[in-house]
Amino acid sequence: MRHLLDTRTLTREDALLVLDVAEDMRDTQSREVKKLPTLRGKTIVNLFFEDSTRTRISFEAAAKRLSADVINFSAKGSSVSKGESLQDTAQTLQAMGADAVVIRHGASGAPQTLATSGWITAGVVNAGDGTHEHPTQALLDAFTIRKRRFGDDSRGRDLAGVRVAIVGDILHSRVARSNVWLLHTLGAEVTLVAPPTLIPQDVSAWPAKIVYDLDDAIAERPDAIMMLRIQLERMNAAYFPTEREYSRRWGLDAARLDALPPGSIVMHPGPMNRGLEISADAADSPRSTVLEQVANGVSVRMAVLYLVLAGERPGERDTNAEEHAP
Amino acid sequence: MSTGNTRTVMQSADIARALTRISHEILESNKGADDLLLLGIPTRGVTLAERIGALLGDISGSAVPVGALDVTMYRDDLHRNPTRTPRPTQIPASGIDGKTVVLVDDVLFSGRSIRAALDALNDIGRPAAVRLAILVDRGHRELPIRPDFVGKNLPSARSERVNVHLTEVDGTEEVTIES
Repeated sequence: MRHLLDTRTLTREDALLVLDVAEDMRDTQSREVKKLPTLRGKTIVNLFFEDSTRTRISFEAAAKRLSADVINFSAKGSSVSKGESLQDTAQTLQAMGADAVVIRHGASGAPQTLATSGWITAGVVNAGDGTHEHPTQALLDAFTIRKRRFGDDSRGRDLAGVRVAIVGDILHSRVARSNVWLLHTLGAEVTLVAPPTLIPQDVSAWPAKIVYDLDDAIAERPDAIMMLRIQLERMNAAYFPTEREYSRRWGLDAARLDALPPGSIVMHPGPMNRGLEISADAADSPRSTVLEQVANGVSVRMAVLYLVLAGERPGERDTNAEEHAP
Repeated sequence: MSTGNTRTVMQSADIARALTRISHEILESNKGADDLLLLGIPTRGVTLAERIGALLGDISGSAVPVGALDVTMYRDDLHRNPTRTPRPTQIPASGIDGKTVVLVDDVLFSGRSIRAALDALNDIGRPAAVRLAILVDRGHRELPIRPDFVGKNLPSARSERVNVHLTEVDGTEEVTIES
């Protein structure tokens, strides 16, 4: 895997490879010594043009557990605020010897540009771009669903027949987009639930069903229900009348939590608006996988960094190093 | 590199005899099966470790725990080869602290896999002793590593390829050398 830019073009084989490697990474995280020497001497740059706490920390933890050196770069207080272009920033990082760049950018497609422009030779991992995709979040969600469903027997399995409802602001959510593509690739059935104002104009090409009423979606007995954060900073165009009305109609309250079939899980990518899209009852119930998602996020990102960084680079192959192993 | 010249150097019965002898040697050097633990290095090392574990149980009468130790994440040649997929590591519930760990692999060549295995063990615990059992030792060591139990010493040229086929993994049972 050279880059990880989206889940739309990720094949089923590659997706399962990431999830299976993440299983191995997760196993190492219960050991006394959690650090692996695998990426010693590699440099990973966290290039964050948008605010993020958990994704950046998760990538940083993943890189450090693999012994890579991490450089954190946030646009605030950097030369970007002085007007430096993405190209110049990228080439500066290249000159400093970055082996991989983890990028979050407000513009959809920025990671793609970075990966294909020829400015840098480093591997590029998309950590969220505009309203396009957030592939590692989708991978960790799929990992969490699989783990809850199959436990220690998860390796090699896909999500065939699993029903997932994604509820909330689909319009602005890159998490929803990445999940739609990945879960579909893995065989799951995806239902999107939102007020009509928060569904993108044309979703006919998406492999997902659209439902406008949360109670209808719950009546279809989903195996996992994923509550998206209402991004209050983007709610400036009157997508719904009031927060209370949204909460009443599309929030996961105690009654809806009880209506979920046994064994189904409640997911949230965080950070949660308690009392808005998710009630405290739901967030703290045993069905909630919120903290598992955070823990699994480190394992999944370790897997992605390993797969992007560990293979041979073009022109570096040393045929003498080949051992008897396949 | 390959000119298609392949010959068989061990057949099914040879492999069985070698594993039986290795099992007796392990019990002899350990003075019984107490505190023994076998860890196979994936893929075929795990199969061999399971077979040796079964033999040790038959011979000594007490079960010997068998596990798998994946060394992919500890290799020093990761960036020189296509990306390797890690395999699961399974450490028996008793842990490795204070145990005599016997590492089992199919072919010993440069010794770099074993170095990686020793590093991996270091992160899991502190065994009382670590031994090495190998089905085929083909020479060309690049590190000061030496096996304790050897099925067959097989002088080979560096350019040749030694292939171990085991029924459970490959469907056939033989050791071949390809030049």
